[in-house]
Amino acid sequence: MSNLATTRREKKANLGPYGKLGHALGELDDRLGVAKGGRTFLDKIFPDHWSFMLGEIALYSFVILLATGVFLTLYYVPSQALVTYHGSYLPLDGQRVTQAFASTVDLSFKVRAGLLMRQMHHWACDIFVGAIVVHMARVFFTGAFRKPRELNWTIGTTLLILAIVNGFLGYSLPDDLVSGTGIRIAYSIILSVPVVGTYLGFWVFGGNFPGTAIIPRFFILHVLIVPAIIVTLVTVHMVLLVRQKHTQFPGEGRTEKNVVGAPMFPVFMAKTTGFLFIVSGFTALLGAFAQINPIWQFGPYDAARISYAVQPDWYMGFLDGALRIFPAWSFHSFGHTIPLEVTIPAVILPGLIFNLVFAWPALERKFTGDHEMHNLLDRPINRPKRTAAGAAVFALLAILFIASSTDVIANFFHLSLNTVLWAMRFLTFIVPIVTYPVTYKICKELQGVANAGKRKTANVVTRTSDGEYQATPSPAYVDDVSHELEPTPVPAFITPSEVASDERGVRTVDR
Amino acid sequence: MTDSHEQRTPVALTGLREDDPRLQPAARHPETVERVIAISFVLGLMLFLLFGYCFIVNAKAWTLGATLGGGLSLLGFGLVAWGKYLMPRGPFVEERHTLANTKADRDAFAAAIVERGGGVIKRRKMLGGLLGGGLGVFSVVALFPLLRSLGPMPKGTLFHTDWRKGSYAVDQTGRRIHQDDLTIGSIVTVFPEGTQDTDRGQAVDQTVIIRLSNEDFVTQKGRENWAPMGYVAYSKLCTHLGCPVGLYEQQLELLVCPCHQSMFDVTNGAIPNFGPAPRPLPQLPLYIDASGYLRAQRDYDQPVGPGFWERS
Repeated sequence: MSNLATTRREKKANLGPYGKLGHALGELDDRLGVAKGGRTFLDKIFPDHWSFMLGEIALYSFVILLATGVFLTLYYVPSQALVTYHGSYLPLDGQRVTQAFASTVDLSFKVRAGLLMRQMHHWACDIFVGAIVVHMARVFFTGAFRKPRELNWTIGTTLLILAIVNGFLGYSLPDDLVSGTGIRIAYSIILSVPVVGTYLGFWVFGGNFPGTAIIPRFFILHVLIVPAIIVTLVTVHMVLLVRQKHTQFPGEGRTEKNVVGAPMFPVFMAKTTGFLFIVSGFTALLGAFAQINPIWQFGPYDAARISYAVQPDWYMGFLDGALRIFPAWSFHSFGHTIPLEVTIPAVILPGLIFNLVFAWPALERKFTGDHEMHNLLDRPINRPKRTAAGAAVFALLAILFIASSTDVIANFFHLSLNTVLWAMRFLTFIVPIVTYPVTYKICKELQGVANAGKRKTANVVTRTSDGEYQATPSPAYVDDVSHELEPTPVPAFITPSEVASDERGVRTVDR
Repeated sequence: MTDSHEQRTPVALTGLREDDPRLQPAARHPETVERVIAISFVLGLMLFLLFGYCFIVNAKAWTLGATLGGGLSLLGFGLVAWGKYLMPRGPFVEERHTLANTKADRDAFAAAIVERGGGVIKRRKMLGGLLGGGLGVFSVVALFPLLRSLGPMPKGTLFHTDWRKGSYAVDQTGRRIHQDDLTIGSIVTVFPEGTQDTDRGQAVDQTVIIRLSNEDFVTQKGRENWAPMGYVAYSKLCTHLGCPVGLYEQQLELLVCPCHQSMFDVTNGAIPNFGPAPRPLPQLPLYIDASGYLRAQRDYDQPVGPGFWERS
């Protein structure tokens, strides 16, 4: 072992067939024993389907959030201390604003690439929450949440809640007129909780609204505590995914007992890294060309001022809509008030929806009696009840979301606000109730259609010499026919074509 | 590396011939794809250089985003195309092994917890109880600094504003409102003098004064002398969620909350006649002093703003 290599060639020979890298990996394996596990990881199979990309969008937009967010913390000042603004945005010159607001305007206009980073951060957040929702819809409608993956469904739902919460905390930080009104509403919602509401409100805000504590508190929650929980849960989410392996759609050669697709290295790694770049690039283009949250136009927060036609970020829309259309049913009795007009739409309704989402895997197990392991995905049409239930919940959320702009709709379509309000109240019940049977029926009908979802091919009509007409379907489109070969395990080695005579070589090695 | 003396089992590793169809690229014309990828990489690289240039000369924000976004997108596009069209097309397969262990393994695991751990606790029941009690008290006590230090107790703060007997109504600049200041149909946001610059003044005491007519105006029975010369004053905090009721519909004499469109009839005690607000806006009794300034007779007779548990 201690032979002194003298020439370069000998040195090279001592390193073995894989050179310096191989030698370094060997050293690493001596210490950590990573060779076997590492190889298994590189061979990990990723099934190929466009819908498996949705979770990647969520993951990568979170990466962008972390990167741009760190940039923003270098310039943002989380303080409600008042300063007089003398920056480059002249319309605000001389105004008394909080440091939080002033520093956000300054980082947008004075810091190079600051505006781009801020807009990318905001866009990435909207994409993050959206991608989580669409990813969850994929998981739900294909039944990927079934045993053994219920735990990951729970983690994913928790991540959605955390993403929404952190989004709200984040857009509150600039302390502008619009976000300040959002904080005011959040405070009133906390107050509405029976018995403990006022205490919770005073403790969260450090006193009566607005106080001077809320921006620093939201800041530390937004940049440290919530992200730390998200990072932890995302890590667990991924570890479980590797441990339990991917689900896959049924198809040739695909069973409950295998995974068919592309290996982690290099195919999936190339595609997913490229996709990270595409998501980042798309976010940067949005940040460049699509203005978002121009707080200098809204002005600083002032509790006695308000802006018209204001909506929160899209993922809070369903709550705002519910608050708008819920009737004024305050409950007064025994010297106490329960503001049901707030508690029900803003506390109980989201509580019910998210608890339903959490409980769904268990509910489905109970109602179907299906306790089997499932690694093959369902086509949504083959599970009409589940698909219809999911569609109904989405329909409810969509109506509530639309209801968050009743005033804008009334203005735009020249309707009375009263008409729009009552229409929304009725639609909130009608649309989900209609959606369920319609979706169910569509699923059932599609089940009976051969080649549903495939393009129809033309019929070729020929006339025989006897004058008889015959219609024969032309062959399927090339793209509609799968040309999949027989799947093979990831090869441990590749033999040159001229050496081996049989198709698959076998080497025996000591392990 | 020295050989270990452990028994090593020989395993068969499978390989593939170089010309195996599954190792071939998926693209029908790999050369064309390679050219397209090369072009996108080159363009991406050029855009990154342009980004550097734009940054150095401090060009407009959109140029930074356009070059960065374009470069990243092109690089990503090339990389995805490389992986999708030029790398081995597969398909490859791996076996899925059952994660569940044997019954014996499970039993051993459960036994370790139940018998070993349970045995220890059963033998020393008192210690277990004391430890549990200690941890229980700790978990309650630990909440005190976590919760209680966060802020003061609400006490009566939500029931009162800073309006006092004789408080001058001033606008946001601190100017006192005089009886000749407002024309009929106009509105102004006021605060009790001295609070117009404070957070609490703006958040809690904010009040709107509307001039409805030239005569003393009665909005409700029992409020006969509250609105001298047609000046009515209402809390500006919406009783729904506390947004400032910032819109005044002059023709209909309605105060409208822009947040959730509650509407309050100012001629009729600000009773909500539309939207989710459950209660009228509290009215502030005004009087006009000898010099003609608008002043408060006293504080509001009920809590302002949204509902909460302690409110009767």
